[in-house]
Amino acid sequence: MPEMSPAELRARLAAALPDALVDVAPLAMTPPPAHGPQPGMFHPPDPFVHPDHLVAAALFVRDTLGYALLSDIAVVDYLYAGCFELVYRFYHPSGGPGIVLRVRVPRDAPQVPSLTPHWPAANFHEREAFDLFGVEFVGHPYLRRIYMWDEFEGFPMRKDFPRQGDKYLGGDE
Amino acid sequence: MLQTQELQVNIGPQHPSTHGVFRMLVTVDGETVVDLKPVFGYLHRNHEQIAEANTYLQNMPYTDRLDYFNSMANNHAYAMAVERLAGIEVPERAEYIRVLMVELTRILNHASAVGFMINDMGAWQTPLAFGMREREKILDLFEMASGARLMCNYFRFGGVARDLPPEFIPNLRELLVALPAYIDELERLLRDNEILLQRAVGIGILPREVALSYGVTGPVLRGSGIPYDVRKAEPYSVYDRFDFDIPIGKVGDVYDRFLVRIEEMRQSKRIIEQVLEQLPDAKGGHINPKARQNVRPPVGDAYARIESPKGELGFYLVSDGSGKPYRYKVRAPSFINLTPLADMCRGYKVADIVVILGSIDIVMGEVDR
Repeated sequence: MPEMSPAELRARLAAALPDALVDVAPLAMTPPPAHGPQPGMFHPPDPFVHPDHLVAAALFVRDTLGYALLSDIAVVDYLYAGCFELVYRFYHPSGGPGIVLRVRVPRDAPQVPSLTPHWPAANFHEREAFDLFGVEFVGHPYLRRIYMWDEFEGFPMRKDFPRQGDKYLGGDE
Repeated sequence: MLQTQELQVNIGPQHPSTHGVFRMLVTVDGETVVDLKPVFGYLHRNHEQIAEANTYLQNMPYTDRLDYFNSMANNHAYAMAVERLAGIEVPERAEYIRVLMVELTRILNHASAVGFMINDMGAWQTPLAFGMREREKILDLFEMASGARLMCNYFRFGGVARDLPPEFIPNLRELLVALPAYIDELERLLRDNEILLQRAVGIGILPREVALSYGVTGPVLRGSGIPYDVRKAEPYSVYDRFDFDIPIGKVGDVYDRFLVRIEEMRQSKRIIEQVLEQLPDAKGGHINPKARQNVRPPVGDAYARIESPKGELGFYLVSDGSGKPYRYKVRAPSFINLTPLADMCRGYKVADIVVILGSIDIVMGEVDR
């Protein structure tokens, strides 16, 4: 069963696609509290990929490293830091722990190239991310809302989406 | 030359064969499916956002509602994710009890899946009653242990809510004695019925490479001939201590997927027997006494996945150091397994759609979340 640590994956990616990797600073998730202990910073060990090189990096992971199961694409909204983080998770068909690629995009222009034309497994993951977070996957063949109805305004999983109120239920106010 | 015209037909959302509120926008040419678009979201309740407003423990009963056939499996994946995030140890005995419950769930799920498929083919009610028969006994066991039959809410961080009651093991042994004959009976329902064979063999073929590229998991992937099972691929809990096989199919049609399910029930029974052998020697109690239930994990993230009866069920949690998850993401197997539905149905007849959909074995509570 193949095992690849985040550091090894970073080294392999850096050798194959020198421009793809980006360095990111540790991220504060919440504003510092007025009193009490400061919360820690969020700094995962996985490699961060520049959005422009995401497709190349994912195909490198699939075709060269053999991690052919795209398992999950999760979006996390870091409202305080002003970015979305996309967490791509891949597994090897012969087993072993998975590997993770991360992409950060700014909240005001969340655009990521779509994996779906190259890798159909990404289809519903990307539609879900578009529906709930408003991340636009450029090049997706059928980027429509998947859970909410088409007329729905706003992206309900964003941290600044209103949690209460009937704005979206009562028609034209 | 006969003039034909393509028609768009909606199957669902209110349709008895769609296993819930699920709509398929089918383009047909006569009886032949040209294209199919799955439309869902009718049961969407924004599970993930509600979970982000709850504390970690409050979400435990809420995960029951994802795949309401397999509440124990959902509990297991979520408990594992939180334990990884907060660094909670699980005693050996609790791990065995967890495996026991999840394997019972697997038998229950696959038995009802077979029953529902024969139901979908038009054999109304009687075969479904066969599928549901042993399910009742397993639900009785769940009720003994957890107090509830469907929404078990049995797992806690660091173990399970309470130890097995004394009458549990004798009842389980009784069930295990009856199980082989019951599984054989279900298999005969599949294998010996010529009408059923004509409806299932060679229908909805999902070739190996296609299955892999679509990222499907569970019996759908194994039916296509790829021996990928999280229990073996990345052993969690105490699965590395058991001896069991991963059944795979040959062609990847509807029939293969169901034979895989039948064989998995036998393998689950094998695992349960090994659990019963090893359980008396297991160390520790049913829960780690030091584990706090109102966890406040440190800043960070964790992903845990299990082989749920429907495929790879994963929970991705991000903690900001507070008592509520900052991000709670469910990687739902039923949802992802629907991705290749259009490819599987293209070229077959309208009547095959319900059979193919039944062979994926979806639960809308998990698809729509």
